[in-house]
Amino acid sequence: MKSVKILLFVPFIGLLGFIPAANRIEPYIFGLPFLLFYIIFWMVLSSVLLTVIYKLDPENRRRDSQ
Amino acid sequence: MNSALLIILLFLLFSLYLGIRAKRGKDMNMEQFAVGGRGFGTLFIFLLIAGEVYTTFTFLGGSGWAYSKGAAAYYVPAYIFLAYVLSYWLAPKVWRYAKDHNIISQPDFFASKYNSRGLGIIVAIVGSMALVPYIVIQFKGLGIIVGEASYGAIPPLTASIIGAAVVTIYVMVSGIHGSAWTALIKDFMILAIVIFLGIYIPFHYFGGIQPMFENVQAVKPEMLTLSAEGLSPAWFISTVLLNALGFYLLPNSFVVVLSANGEKSIRKNAITLPLYTLLLLFVFFIGFAAVLKIPGLQGADGDLSLLRLAIQTFDPWMIGLIGAAGLLTALVPASVMLMAASVGLTKSFYKVLVPHATEKQQLNVSKLFILLISSAALVLTVTGGEALAMLNIMSYSLVTQLAPSLFFSLFNKNTVNKYGAGAGIIVSVLLVLYVTIKEIKISTFLPDVPHVINDISLGFIALIINVIVMLVVSFITRAMAVNSTSLENVENSSFLKREG
Repeated sequence: MKSVKILLFVPFIGLLGFIPAANRIEPYIFGLPFLLFYIIFWMVLSSVLLTVIYKLDPENRRRDSQ
Repeated sequence: MNSALLIILLFLLFSLYLGIRAKRGKDMNMEQFAVGGRGFGTLFIFLLIAGEVYTTFTFLGGSGWAYSKGAAAYYVPAYIFLAYVLSYWLAPKVWRYAKDHNIISQPDFFASKYNSRGLGIIVAIVGSMALVPYIVIQFKGLGIIVGEASYGAIPPLTASIIGAAVVTIYVMVSGIHGSAWTALIKDFMILAIVIFLGIYIPFHYFGGIQPMFENVQAVKPEMLTLSAEGLSPAWFISTVLLNALGFYLLPNSFVVVLSANGEKSIRKNAITLPLYTLLLLFVFFIGFAAVLKIPGLQGADGDLSLLRLAIQTFDPWMIGLIGAAGLLTALVPASVMLMAASVGLTKSFYKVLVPHATEKQQLNVSKLFILLISSAALVLTVTGGEALAMLNIMSYSLVTQLAPSLFFSLFNKNTVNKYGAGAGIIVSVLLVLYVTIKEIKISTFLPDVPHVINDISLGFIALIINVIVMLVVSFITRAMAVNSTSLENVENSSFLKREG
């Protein structure tokens, strides 16, 4: 596992590493209790992060990799 | 016949039609049957992978967990989206190797990577052990959904039998093509229904999402966070990690990866799939609304919270649509599970018994396995109690034990050999079985252990033991192999000396 794929670790650490700290009801954000918001936040951010990785990943530029 | 029942019946017939029609124009061989000739593009892979996630669990269990256990239910979307993140690395590697070596089942993948038919058989057994309870749950869930949504006109058991018959027929005819086409209407239906319910219900009863949560907070604040012990943060983290690692080891997820038409369509899916997990958020809204609106459902009845609340809120035709969506969430995953389990068993057991079996024979045996597994699952649906519930709890703990040997095999230089892989899997699987059946926690041995450690998922601890056994056994067997060859060398050289 090299280069840009290291970024795949970020959502794991970001979500799981801070669960004890995020385990609270307030503040409400976008109408959601904080813990639920925190999980949703990482869900959306993962998608953004994967888009970035996809763009940077040289393997997607190779012609033969369909 | 009420209107709800009529709508459900129409959708059932439509799925059967689509499922059978999917075969049209396909020259059916094993590769077409199991992995759609590796021809599915981004859209179908998306629908199939998403289809494996949105099972009857989404409908019943997701809202049921939120209803009875509160925030602990969040572990479901958390592990699913992390599994997708992992899949960006994992899935293309698996796909490429399978394509290059013409592999269409999970047991064959392991057998080929480790050059061991025996390991293939072990993997087939573990995979089936994890899948059968899942299939049973789909059949059971289907019965409950149709039973409730038809206002009791169809008994759950009858519904389970009819549903099982439909799915068995179209999988035997069309293989994974049948699943892909039914997944198309299923995803459309569940998307529409769940988002509608998840928004309508909180606004209708509470005037918004935040007011609803504030109401829950006023009555039962403990439902909105993880508890200090039991379903605690330690439980959450270890379970999410365990399930995220194991997700693509479920034979049904694995086979969907193989059915892609290229590495790119898999990577593209990894980007969009985490967003699709948002759907579970709406399911949770319904569960939390039910906490306030229909309190008092005990134990397993919590799984009925969505349907009961819907029945209380809507007219029969809407209940029919909800029931139809629920029906489809059972059929599509069950079809891929049946197919993955039976092709796995054919490729491992049958190929060992009849090494020179033709394509046609293998296809027929696979279909026979589908019939057998489906019938067995149906029998368990009727009779299964304790043992089944236990197996289901273990499903992920069991199947994740296949993860380390898969991951090691994907690196350029594999430090694990077939003995290590086999030993690691067997030891950890036996450990999971034993510990779950005996209901052992860490505190059984160490009464004073802090809760943080006691709450760690036992599957996760088994996983660590698995890796240790795997590395140690690989190291020892390799050292023994080196010793015996160097001994031979010594003997040979002394022999040469004597000759000389």
